Amino acid sequence: MKNLHIKNGRILDPANHRDEIGDVFVVDGRISYSAPSGKCDILDASGLVVAPGLIDIHVHLREPGQSHKETIATGTRAAAAGGFTSVVAMPNTSPTADSAATIAWIHERAKAGACVNVFCTGAITKGLAGEELAPFGALASAGVVALTDDGRCVQNHEVMRRAVEYARMFQLPVMDHCQDYSLVGDGVMHEGEWSLRLGLPGWPRMGEEMIVARNAMLADLCQSPIHCQHISSGGSVRILREARKRGIPISGEVCPHHIALTDASLSTFDTNFKMNPPLRAQADVEAILEGIADGTLTILCSDHAPHASYEKEVEFDHAPFGITGLETEFAVFCDLLVHKRNVISLARLIELYTHEPAKLLRLDRGTLSEGVPGDVTLLDPEREWTFDKSASQSLSRNTPFDKMTLKGRAVATVVAGKVVWQAED
Amino acid sequence: MKTWTRKDLIGLDDLNPEEIQFLLDTATAFKGVGERSLKKVPALRGKTLVNFFVEPSTRTRTSFEIAAMRLSADVVNITATASSLQKGETLKDTARNLQALHADIIVLRHSSAGSPRFLAGHLESCIINAGDGSHEHPTQGLLDIFTMREKHGRIAGLNVLIVGDILFSRVARSNIHGLVKLGAKVTLVGPTTLVPSGFEKLGVRIVHRLDEVIEEADVINLLRIQHERQRKEYFPGLGEYISLFGLTKARAARLKPGCLVMHPGPINRGVEIDSEVADGERSVILEQVTNGIAVRMAVLYLCAGGAGLPT
Repeated sequence: MKNLHIKNGRILDPANHRDEIGDVFVVDGRISYSAPSGKCDILDASGLVVAPGLIDIHVHLREPGQSHKETIATGTRAAAAGGFTSVVAMPNTSPTADSAATIAWIHERAKAGACVNVFCTGAITKGLAGEELAPFGALASAGVVALTDDGRCVQNHEVMRRAVEYARMFQLPVMDHCQDYSLVGDGVMHEGEWSLRLGLPGWPRMGEEMIVARNAMLADLCQSPIHCQHISSGGSVRILREARKRGIPISGEVCPHHIALTDASLSTFDTNFKMNPPLRAQADVEAILEGIADGTLTILCSDHAPHASYEKEVEFDHAPFGITGLETEFAVFCDLLVHKRNVISLARLIELYTHEPAKLLRLDRGTLSEGVPGDVTLLDPEREWTFDKSASQSLSRNTPFDKMTLKGRAVATVVAGKVVWQAED
Repeated sequence: MKTWTRKDLIGLDDLNPEEIQFLLDTATAFKGVGERSLKKVPALRGKTLVNFFVEPSTRTRTSFEIAAMRLSADVVNITATASSLQKGETLKDTARNLQALHADIIVLRHSSAGSPRFLAGHLESCIINAGDGSHEHPTQGLLDIFTMREKHGRIAGLNVLIVGDILFSRVARSNIHGLVKLGAKVTLVGPTTLVPSGFEKLGVRIVHRLDEVIEEADVINLLRIQHERQRKEYFPGLGEYISLFGLTKARAARLKPGCLVMHPGPINRGVEIDSEVADGERSVILEQVTNGIAVRMAVLYLCAGGAGLPT
């Protein structure tokens, strides 16, 4: 294995409170601060930020079973192009990732074709049906980093309680897509002025808040971590804040679209703005920004959910939920959180993408400590660029961010010392 | 306003007040055509109109068909059961096939809100919305407003009550947008579950007691209670609905002289409207149907770029 010398960059490693100009080496695939004997490849980082490799804990790679939307190979290329060295794959594949065999298959497939690290989640319930627990022990042995029924939500509180209790034995966090089915019904967009105007069935905030509150109670009762996925409602932020203040092991994540866009974007019925949970109102955006600023919301991610064009180019209520996001998420967050709204520092932004998710999932990553796996992302927080979906690495094109000009970009992605992607100037 | 620039009619929310007035004026010019013995003008001769109805409808489809025939267009009707949508073809592909068959105008009725907008973005043909889910039904809105204007001589300042299931009503939305733009005072009346707060943002007033406002009305437009659309519980039953919101004979007696009783049809006699009131002297329900032809002629004529207004 060749060694790598990342030269003269601004090393920004929030976990170690480090922010200084210097050199980082990757020797035998691991971070080092002393030059190895023998030759190194050189990556000039002058004028750039050298950050721990970014981690996206919420990605749909669509394999097995939906390779017309995305493959592990194309999805991880999109991840690399977005600056991500690790992604966490959701289990709503076909078959569902609810058995050790399917997890092993994904790991094999990743070994053969992924250009970044792929971590798996296992399902909470068999077939995501919300009824019988999946075999957590076997899934843990197969190497899953968390359990989730993402895309679905366990409605039965007793089943969810047993899941969270049982997961504690394996130190696995439970991640939840928070949606109360009876309240949401056939809702396809935020319930508010725009759903009334457009005549589309509304998806009320309370449909999310109810389950976030349930999860806060369960995390308290079971003393085991629950992570609430893709928080969209201001009310959810308040529930999480209160629960965390009381020391309950609950956390929440934010997707870029939920702070960059609102339900007004649906005025033309464009299905590239349809996702679950839906885009909400400006008041929700403001509450989420507050939650990011005060540490209530600790993780950023994409919910990268590719769908083929022919699947999205249908009637609005028939179109599947979800948008792609790996290639644009860092830029959208950097542009909004660091530049436009000045919500957090660049160092905190990096932490929300590295050390924080690594802590939740107990990964030996997310820092630039000596000896950790050599995953590094080079960032140019000042670079303005325009995203062009036709040049996307993903197999799908369902993005609301096409042609958007953003400030901040990942310019090189290094996995275990290997440069897997570099931006053109 | 002298020229019309739109090829599609998706909703009254998109139009400015001048455009709505222009449509109504054009409809007035066309109304006379239906009263002649030779009910035909050559304005759309050689054009092909496809009535593409992916949701059942008799009256709207027939009205468009008659309107198109009076303009000398050729008309083809396609309904969902007969179409290839049941064989798994997407809406976009079916519509592209219609365009490949040189359909100049596609009149679309669809259960999904936004479908006409979606087709308009993909096709060169004119797309006329004949009702999309709970979104809009612009020609119904226009014919209601046309009827009000014809009877009252104005729209600005009129007190219009729209009563019933507003939440699921495309007719209500088109009426609201059109009437508010032309300066009417619109009041929505119905149960809190079907007239949720939030509609105020569209420039209307919300009232949950019909008895409080019935005497103010210059127009009362009763919407059909649509059992078929309601998958959840919105009110306890028809008996209670009638007692709170039905236009009973007793309530109708309190209407101002000259107040118009309207209904987009099909009516549920004895539910939202008492049978005798529906047939009573204030009722303009059948005139609405007649006016629908003139309004649809105007819409087709303007969007399809027909030449020569009738004299």
